[in-house]
Amino acid sequence: MPAVQETVDQVRRIDVDQYKYGFETIIESDKAPKGLSEDIVRFISAKKNEPAWMLEWRLDAYRRWLTMREPTWARVDYPKIDYQDYYYYSAPKKKPALNSLDEVDPEILRTYEKLGIPLREQEMLAGVVRPEGERRVAVDAVFDSVSVATTFQAELKKAGVIFMPISEALREHPDLVRKYLGTVVPVTDNFFATLNSAVFSDGSFVYVPPGVRCPMELSTYFRINEKNTGQFERTLIIADKGSYVSYLEGCTAPMRDENQLHAAVVELVALEDAEIKYSTVQNWYPGDSEGKGGIFNFVTKRGDCREKNAKISWTQVETGSAITWKYPSCILRGDGSRGEFYSIAISNGRQQVDSGTKMIHLGKNTTSRIISKGIAAGKSQNTYRGLVSAHRKASNARNFTNCDSLLVGDKCGAHTVPYLEAKNSSAVFEHEATTSKISEDMLFYCRQRGLSAEEATALVVNGFVKDVLQQLPMEFAVEAQKLISISLEGSVG
Amino acid sequence: MNAEIRQIKTAAEQGLADAFSSVKAKLPGAAAVAAMREKAFATFEARGLPHRRVEEWKYTDLRALMRDAKPLAQPPDAKARAQARQAGNLAGDMDRRRLVFVDGVFVPQLSDLAELEQGLSIRPMAEALAQGDPLVSAHLGKVIETDDVAVALNTAFMGDGAVIRIAAGIVVEHPLHLVFVTTGDRPVSMFARSLVVAERGSRAMLVESYEGPTGVDYQVNSALELVVGDEAHVDHVKLIGEGGDALHISSLMAAVGARARFNDFTFTAGGAAVRNQIFLRLDGEETLARISGASLLKGRQHADTTLVADHAVGRCQSRELFKSVLDGESRGVFQGKIIVRPDAQKTDAKMMTNALLLSETAEADAKPELEIFADDVVCGHGATAGALNEDLLFYLRARGIPPKEAESLLIQAFVGDAVEGIEHAGLREVLMENVAAWLAARG
Repeated sequence: MPAVQETVDQVRRIDVDQYKYGFETIIESDKAPKGLSEDIVRFISAKKNEPAWMLEWRLDAYRRWLTMREPTWARVDYPKIDYQDYYYYSAPKKKPALNSLDEVDPEILRTYEKLGIPLREQEMLAGVVRPEGERRVAVDAVFDSVSVATTFQAELKKAGVIFMPISEALREHPDLVRKYLGTVVPVTDNFFATLNSAVFSDGSFVYVPPGVRCPMELSTYFRINEKNTGQFERTLIIADKGSYVSYLEGCTAPMRDENQLHAAVVELVALEDAEIKYSTVQNWYPGDSEGKGGIFNFVTKRGDCREKNAKISWTQVETGSAITWKYPSCILRGDGSRGEFYSIAISNGRQQVDSGTKMIHLGKNTTSRIISKGIAAGKSQNTYRGLVSAHRKASNARNFTNCDSLLVGDKCGAHTVPYLEAKNSSAVFEHEATTSKISEDMLFYCRQRGLSAEEATALVVNGFVKDVLQQLPMEFAVEAQKLISISLEGSVG
Repeated sequence: MNAEIRQIKTAAEQGLADAFSSVKAKLPGAAAVAAMREKAFATFEARGLPHRRVEEWKYTDLRALMRDAKPLAQPPDAKARAQARQAGNLAGDMDRRRLVFVDGVFVPQLSDLAELEQGLSIRPMAEALAQGDPLVSAHLGKVIETDDVAVALNTAFMGDGAVIRIAAGIVVEHPLHLVFVTTGDRPVSMFARSLVVAERGSRAMLVESYEGPTGVDYQVNSALELVVGDEAHVDHVKLIGEGGDALHISSLMAAVGARARFNDFTFTAGGAAVRNQIFLRLDGEETLARISGASLLKGRQHADTTLVADHAVGRCQSRELFKSVLDGESRGVFQGKIIVRPDAQKTDAKMMTNALLLSETAEADAKPELEIFADDVVCGHGATAGALNEDLLFYLRARGIPPKEAESLLIQAFVGDAVEGIEHAGLREVLMENVAAWLAARG
């Protein structure tokens, strides 16, 4: 198994600094004043040249947000967030008209290079000799509040696929955006989603026309750079009848002593026979081992299988963030639609993860599958929280849930909070969960074959999460595997 | 949204407040007990009746279920006592020591107090409270500290109940059967509170049963505090056969010592709305706790079992198994939480809940939680909900068994899995007869 070998190598290479994306890029940026008010909302909207209805939509959300309270039900504990202490808009300073990648601040390009994200498609295109079968990935790079580059746009256009920053889509395809924005996660959905609706600055917009199989993987790479900045991105993906798209999302941030806020909203709409595969590798800065700094990650992700036989699949590898509050969900509205959730959540140090999914069965013959693997190490707390419900009319709804937790060390906690609500007698729900520590026998087996304690742990953990890793697109699977071993670094012995 | 901000009192909350201020002076107990009541009532006042935004009561909205507070039951007159003569049949006619409580008050004339074993002492709670019984002062309200509102209300209004002490090493031969019966045709409320202390190495079986008239929407709030000493072995069976319009809330608070065995079973078939709460804490190592239950619901019945099993120390085993059979428009709820404390290494806990939906309109809700802070543990839970297995039905049908009978056999097997957990063979049989009768009545 070369991948496992790679993990072992990776573990070996790690130096004291575990978080290798913790560098900061020094560039000039264009910021809105600190704090949040109607003026800031107007400022963001104006910066983006948005249509009037959009500003109204935002203001509406902002006014609603003022009346809402921060949710407290999750098993996460963090100091009170002062929402007036963040910058809600920060963009790299740029020349008035940006025509090609060459005009992007080289510092930013270097940042993405360091992160291993290819933004220079020309180079990739020039590379004549490409191994057979190697897949290309179109990338939308979001730096603080704005998208700095989107690659392969021309080629995607040929296929009819729209892939662009949502701020651009609001200008170029306002009707399409207006038709779907907020229909999956309504403006009033929850505290963080409402905040996002008011102040989101960028994110990706994808539309795949009927019958089109998107020719390449689409990807967004989020980077929070500025100090005290909140990142509020909004992603909207629409797969029209019979289409298919696979979308990847990655994220990193510099190491800082203060907490940064990330409150994103992702909406997926799958129409008849369409399929969306959404993969995330979340690697925001988790804070240091004493819990100083790190990203507060409050994310609302929801997919709507709006018509029959639609399919939405979420795969997530959660290794970063000080606080994770995230429940990618599927609304199985169309008859015969299918939802999947595959998750690996790893917490170490003082990280707190409260994550899971919701599968809402509304249509007939809908099926869902949940595979969740939680790994808690260090002094972290790792919670799976999920809901599976079948409504009155959801005949023959089926769900299978499996959530396993692995504890590494005796200072961490692993918790499981599933909710099952069956309102239809033909619904069949099965749920199983286990919690255990890494088997001494397995470790012993590896140790007596000469592996170090850390290598042995990495090996066992890789086996534990294999079911989920297999769901990730190839490029991500390798990255995820490395991440897993990095995240667990220092938790053994 | 504003869960913490108290809204205007509901009629039931106002009714409880009025009742408390008018009866508190007459409730049994001296200053210390009165202070305990005041404190408990303050807890209730601060929170009000739990509703669906209160996580622990998410599926049982007591504020909606309890429209008003019924007047406290009066001590039973001769007619009430006569009505209660046959009570306790839910447990069949096994050999037992009956302790009968009519409308919440102990009736010695109906109870078997003769020839108590050496080391077994039984007295009414009202008397124990009034006289400041040392066993009561030592344990009451202290077995499991909880701020649950239903328990708080019980503490505030507690009237009578049983105080039982089983001395170290004593084996109580026959089950002790606490029979709670509500009589009369006017809706009343009753708050019973019992305390059982089984000392080191003792052995006893407790049965609690609840019944009352159908057509009267009376309210029962009962609580039992149970101390199982080291090396003791206690079985506890609760039979909820309340009348069809009753609101029943009962809470078990049990603390179990080391190398002990505790075996708990709840059977729910009666009542319009039932909330069965079990708060269990394992305090000593190498203890086995088996908590199980079965509910058979039809019509618009609602039954909620909420269980918290707290592994405070290591090397214990707990097994939880709950089955519900849901017909008509009934709703079965199971909320179970296993907590494993930081030092409770080598804990082995397994929890399972299965719901069988017999009709299109029944609803099953389950929330099996694991909360684990120790790493060297084996914990798991499972939950299923679904209809009867078509393949099994087909198998039986193919052997010439009529559909109703085939269904009935499968349901009996389904419930039987949990009933198996009861150690008393006689009681197991009685319960399975009850299940068969329930199925026959289903038609």
